[in-house]
Amino acid sequence: MLDLTYDLPKVKTIAGAKHDWELVIGMEVHAQVSSNAKLFSGASTQFGSEPNSNVSFVDAAMPGMLPVINEYCIEQAVRTGLGLKAEINLKSAFDRKNYFYPDLPQGYQISQLYHPIVGEGEVLVEMGDGTARLVRVERIHMEQDAGKSIHDMDPNMSFVDVNRTGVCLMEIVSKPDIRGPEEAAAYITKLRQILRYLGTCNGDMQSGAMRADVNVSICLPGQYEKYQATQDFGHLGTRCEIKNMNSMRFIQQAIDVEAKRQIAILEAGGKVDQETRLYDPDKGETRSMRSKEEAHDYRYFPDPDLLPLEIEQAWVDEIEANLPELPDAKKARFVSDFNLSDYDASVLTADLDTADYFELVANGRDGKSSANWVINELFGRLKKDEKDITESPVTPAQLGGIIDLIASDAISGKIAKDLFEIVYTEGGDPAQIVEDKGMKQVTDLGPIEAALDEIIAANPAQVEKAQANPKLAGWFVGQVMKATGGKANPKAVNELVAQKLKG
Amino acid sequence: MSIDQNTAARVAKLARIKVEEAALPALAEEFNTILGFIEQLNEVDVEGVEPMTSVTPQRLKRRADVVSDGNQPEAVMKNAPDAREGFFAVPKVVE
Repeated sequence: MLDLTYDLPKVKTIAGAKHDWELVIGMEVHAQVSSNAKLFSGASTQFGSEPNSNVSFVDAAMPGMLPVINEYCIEQAVRTGLGLKAEINLKSAFDRKNYFYPDLPQGYQISQLYHPIVGEGEVLVEMGDGTARLVRVERIHMEQDAGKSIHDMDPNMSFVDVNRTGVCLMEIVSKPDIRGPEEAAAYITKLRQILRYLGTCNGDMQSGAMRADVNVSICLPGQYEKYQATQDFGHLGTRCEIKNMNSMRFIQQAIDVEAKRQIAILEAGGKVDQETRLYDPDKGETRSMRSKEEAHDYRYFPDPDLLPLEIEQAWVDEIEANLPELPDAKKARFVSDFNLSDYDASVLTADLDTADYFELVANGRDGKSSANWVINELFGRLKKDEKDITESPVTPAQLGGIIDLIASDAISGKIAKDLFEIVYTEGGDPAQIVEDKGMKQVTDLGPIEAALDEIIAANPAQVEKAQANPKLAGWFVGQVMKATGGKANPKAVNELVAQKLKG
Repeated sequence: MSIDQNTAARVAKLARIKVEEAALPALAEEFNTILGFIEQLNEVDVEGVEPMTSVTPQRLKRRADVVSDGNQPEAVMKNAPDAREGFFAVPKVVE
């Protein structure tokens, strides 16, 4: 079973003029569903295509075109809900969210305001220092993405590409359970990890496949506990929504800046207006998006082109039965099956490719040394070449082979690092390389003893010193290793040196 | 519910439909007639009655996740008042 005992992370407080303030954060994460075609049309979702080439007449909102839902997108939303331990609503419905913007040809976005497909769930957010917070998810609904406006290609015009229009988004709405900028980043990191495990979103923040609206408010210490006890938002401050963030670093900066702005207003006797704001990383400030104010009147109504979406429990069960092992479970298993530390298990389960790689290495081998080799040697080497684990020139079988050679005392740890470098740059079977290059560890005591005797005979002064101070025996070990080209078994050499020096 | 001229003007603005000042009283009146009709429907007690979403028993039609459309930028852009380098070109909108 999962060990669900953890301490809560410390709530971020900001010192005001008279007293401390606490942060309260809720997030709406927009995650682009991994699918071939769009939510309601047969056009491609391919990122980076020629402008306006992935557009059907449905996406372009030509008169008379009707939306037909992509079944796989529904499945992906359900899968995501199950991955977040959420309730799945067998009946959901689509509404029109009306607003005017050049990159929204329909003049409305098809969304699910009143009856979302996924209800309440949760995300365990670990902070990496042993603390964690269970952040509640309020809902997940499906909606259409909008197009893209490009403002810097012409001084007087904006250019619009509607390729992204109609791509399926999941909007994952959290409760205001996040209590600081670092927690906000950790929440997104964890959510991203889960979605990537599930294969429902690629989590690429740079391309905008995952982006967040961040709701920030501040309150006096003690108020938040009152909110949690009653779920009454009246105990909390007025929130502002910072739109469209797709960088972990900027999200943290924006929260900090926005909280300080609100504190300054309240302490000056003012009032925070509930509004939509934009973070400007160059100026390090948030500013009001006035254009959004009127647009906030979305005039939602049920989409008359779409019947309610009804799915069967049996289908949901089938999706659930085929869920992959999720990060929390995998991490717990790595800790128990491979004897890993919590930290190592976190690192190795951060993404699926790494976890799969590690497992291939560790199966049938010592977990701890497998973890060390993957994390220290392999990651270190890959990082030097700016390579991903999927591009590793060393296969799990090869790395396993190296570990086997150490475990059987065929090579020393030091030689193993040289061997690793050879396998990394030249490839080949580790055991064969050791054979061919004569890298085998000398475990036969005869030659080691002969080498040691020679060194002792040639260095009587050193012998005397070492006998007076046993710490200096290391010099002899070093000399023997040197004489045997590093192939002597260090343990055997140590023992032999101690024995010989004793006289 | 009664719609005044200000509300009528606001709805028109949200819908990006230009309405002359002089036409607003008549528009507001028209809204009120429509809402009055809906108000009348509210007299029917629908407590416990599930909303009917279709006159024939049918399920929401679905499509498979297959790319079957697109690759027609010329057709998509054909009605655009202005287009440049494959994009729709519109008056500058900046946040």
